[in-house]
Amino acid sequence: MKLQKNTVLALYSVLEFAARPDEHIPAGEIAEKYGESVHHLAKVLSELVRARIVASVRGVGGGYRFIGNARRLTLLNVIVLFEDLAQELPEPPPQAGATHEALVRVLGEIDRIALATLGSVTIATLLKDIGRAGGAAGKAAG
Amino acid sequence: MTIEPQRAPERVRKTAAPAAAAPVLHIRTVKAADLPAVVALDATVTGLHKAAYWQRVYRRYGVNGQGQRHFLVAERDGRVCGFVIGEVRDWEFGAPPCGWLFAMDVMPSARQSGVGGRLLAELAQRFRREGVRVLRTMTASDNSLIQSFFRSQGMRAGHLLPLELDLGSEGEGQPGAARKARR
Repeated sequence: MKLQKNTVLALYSVLEFAARPDEHIPAGEIAEKYGESVHHLAKVLSELVRARIVASVRGVGGGYRFIGNARRLTLLNVIVLFEDLAQELPEPPPQAGATHEALVRVLGEIDRIALATLGSVTIATLLKDIGRAGGAAGKAAG
Repeated sequence: MTIEPQRAPERVRKTAAPAAAAPVLHIRTVKAADLPAVVALDATVTGLHKAAYWQRVYRRYGVNGQGQRHFLVAERDGRVCGFVIGEVRDWEFGAPPCGWLFAMDVMPSARQSGVGGRLLAELAQRFRREGVRVLRTMTASDNSLIQSFFRSQGMRAGHLLPLELDLGSEGEGQPGAARKARR
């Protein structure tokens, strides 16, 4: 499964906000960290605001804050905001019949596994993984 | 199989007054006297009362267990609020000996308090003592709650991939015939 740039940026952003839920984080900080323009990121964040995953606070000291439930919000919940996961094969040639059906079944299996995986990984679990990986990397470096 | 995800946040536990501290949770091997509670817990979660089934499970994993088979219960305030069952299986599916977790339940009222995590940790510890280094389980692909729990405990997709075949009913013929017959 290949995710669009906006989707990946949304996932990065949600993880950044969820890691510091008590803070208002300026969009500029996230944009700089991931090498994106603030303008582009703002479009992604507005979608997250609409989905009530983050809230925006204007003015001095403002920014975005995580308001979701990290232990319930899954990667799939975020991804579906930006991706159409119900992709279908191109219209088959008239004689493709059973061949096309067989191919659709196999691709369906792959989709089901991918969706089950994305739907089972919560933001909290991923943050814990990042912590583990960070710890392991730190030990390896030290 | 139903699970509870994670422990309460550290800061919540620290700020709780000593008098209001959460009751101690004990994880121990099942006893015959626990069976009615286990049956009731399972019935609460699944809606099915399977006393005979649980008697058989108890004989296999309770009475005759504790070698490579484990049937553990979580007890709080003298009441069983969860259980886990697993065993070490050797060289099945071409895999070196590993621990399989095949049943786990936590009373709905006891979820979100670390019961599932403690049960899993104790089962893993017992498997380690027997020398295995991998714990496996299977879940329904559409049960995201349970998958989320296992993932929150560090579990990942393994190298085994489950496959299944629709056998149809007797008389429908060769495997796959059921699908053709329904068209």
